[in-house]
Amino acid sequence: MAKFEEGLRYSESHEYIRVKGEFGYIGISDYAQHALGNVVYVDMPDVDDEVTAGEEFGAVESVKAASDLISPVSGTVVEVNEALEDQPELLNEDAFANWIIKVQLSDPSELDNLMDVEAYKAHCEE
Amino acid sequence: MNRTLYGNLIFELSKKGRKGYSLPQDYDRTHTTAELPETLRRKEAARLPECDELTVVRHYTNLSHNNFGVNDGFYPLGSCTMKYNPVINEEIAGMKAFAGLHPLQPAVTCQGALEVYYNLQESLAELAGLSEFTLNPCAGAHGELTGLMVIRAYHESRKDAARTKVLIPDSAHGTNPASAAVCGLEVVEVKSLADGTVDVEHLRQLLDEMGSDVAAMMMTNPNTLGIFEPHVLEITEMVHKAGGLMYYDGANLNALLGECRPGDMGFDVMHINLHKTFSTPHGGGGPGSGPVGVRKGLEQFLPTPRVKKVIVNYDIPEDGPTEWEGFIIDWGQGDQEKPLGSVGNFFGNFGVMLKAYAYILSLGSENIKQVGPLATLNANYIKERLRDDYLLPIKGLCKHEVVFDGLVDKSTGVTTMDVAKRLLDYGYHAPTIYFPLLFHESLMIEPTENESKETIDAFIDVMHKIAEEAKTDPELVKTAPHNTPIGRVDDVLAAKQPVLTYWKSLENE
Repeated sequence: MAKFEEGLRYSESHEYIRVKGEFGYIGISDYAQHALGNVVYVDMPDVDDEVTAGEEFGAVESVKAASDLISPVSGTVVEVNEALEDQPELLNEDAFANWIIKVQLSDPSELDNLMDVEAYKAHCEE
Repeated sequence: MNRTLYGNLIFELSKKGRKGYSLPQDYDRTHTTAELPETLRRKEAARLPECDELTVVRHYTNLSHNNFGVNDGFYPLGSCTMKYNPVINEEIAGMKAFAGLHPLQPAVTCQGALEVYYNLQESLAELAGLSEFTLNPCAGAHGELTGLMVIRAYHESRKDAARTKVLIPDSAHGTNPASAAVCGLEVVEVKSLADGTVDVEHLRQLLDEMGSDVAAMMMTNPNTLGIFEPHVLEITEMVHKAGGLMYYDGANLNALLGECRPGDMGFDVMHINLHKTFSTPHGGGGPGSGPVGVRKGLEQFLPTPRVKKVIVNYDIPEDGPTEWEGFIIDWGQGDQEKPLGSVGNFFGNFGVMLKAYAYILSLGSENIKQVGPLATLNANYIKERLRDDYLLPIKGLCKHEVVFDGLVDKSTGVTTMDVAKRLLDYGYHAPTIYFPLLFHESLMIEPTENESKETIDAFIDVMHKIAEEAKTDPELVKTAPHNTPIGRVDDVLAAKQPVLTYWKSLENE
């Protein structure tokens, strides 16, 4: 069964964001990696790219399907998780430990539009 | 089959000096590369396997036994319409009078072939409820691209070229957004409702926001869930009102064949997959063909060549005035009104067209009306008999195909992938899996109209048996297939590290 982590904010398209100060670590939820199956490729933006809440910033490709990554917030990419380039399967091993991009938030109030873990759990059970 | 001996790669069977032929001694002298420039000549010998003829024949014959086609057994691949390819089609396409034609021979010397070409254009137009067809595109996605080019050319001709957005439902075939992107257009996704049909309110909202930018909306009807879009008339009207055109993806036309027509639903442009709906081989069996049709007023944007019927009046001295009916090829050369030119090689895949036309004539106008209803009956029969064991996310009537969302009982961890693999053990081709993307465990079955009740019942029994195995012995299903020459393949390794070239040394190196 899928795991859920407290303290993160979640989007309807199954991305999470872990906020630390002015930065946010964005990845896909454990529920999402379960649904996708074995991940074989992660398409990530470059450092300094701008991301916009609700818009695509990359894609995750599994043996089943390719899925767009939708950014839960707006901001600037300050780091990408380079380990995923060679080991995309890290997302299957631990989706919460292996974030995809680190973003400097331009509008922290956008976090209010996202779900907490309880609301996200309910969303997944729909 | 002696798999270990002949089932290896042909390179692994190579022995230095083995040959299946002998050449005259002076062959090297008469066939020299001396006249080729130095830069074009090989520095080293080609790394080709060397085998005797019998080994080569056994190798490929053994490989052919591993093939599985419609002629081997039930092939319920959803959204692909793997219908039977009648033998008469092959006989007609193989006739010397057709097979021996050259695409550049003068029209006057191939009037029969041009008549078939013309009649197929006309038949498809009648079945689709549209004005004219081009047979030039060579496959379904090629047809989609051509159709979108027609739409773009139409907007450009009206000096309305700023329309660059294409509305596509989120349930669409992946080729739709791909074709739009290749055509330089921008994809905007239209949401589906919980029942899998287009969310008309979301469409209305999108048209309010960006209606004047919309070039077209692409739709598959019935959609990829096998559901007929109940609001299709309202949808086509809304898009037309915003100035966009409606594109019909013909992938699922089999459900409607002879029953209702895309043109009557308000579609302006469409493609037909002859290799699906019109019984020509699909997949490895032979090339496809993706004719594109348009409604009245768009004919001038269709690619060429198109065959036209002409009446010529001769005043023959002894017989008096005589009418002669003939066929000409319109290449559209130098014609500013025909901006697209040709999109394929010469006439397209003519052999495929012969087979499709043979199919239409074999059925006749009465029998062709039964194709859609029988395909629909078969799919609904499977749906009703499997719904206790397989999760049916969308209840109610489906058309030619049914989508399940994996097993009802998910507690054993047996997935759609496992069920599909286990089907191979029982001698069935797997259905389409993990498409459409609206469900996590999609299992899409399309039986077509060809299958007998006995075949479908036997398949249903096996599906029940696999559901039972999933409960009593889940490991057996999770590790399937067991009876195939190769067991469960490693999808992840194949996706991440595909080996595309043979690199090991040959025996003679």
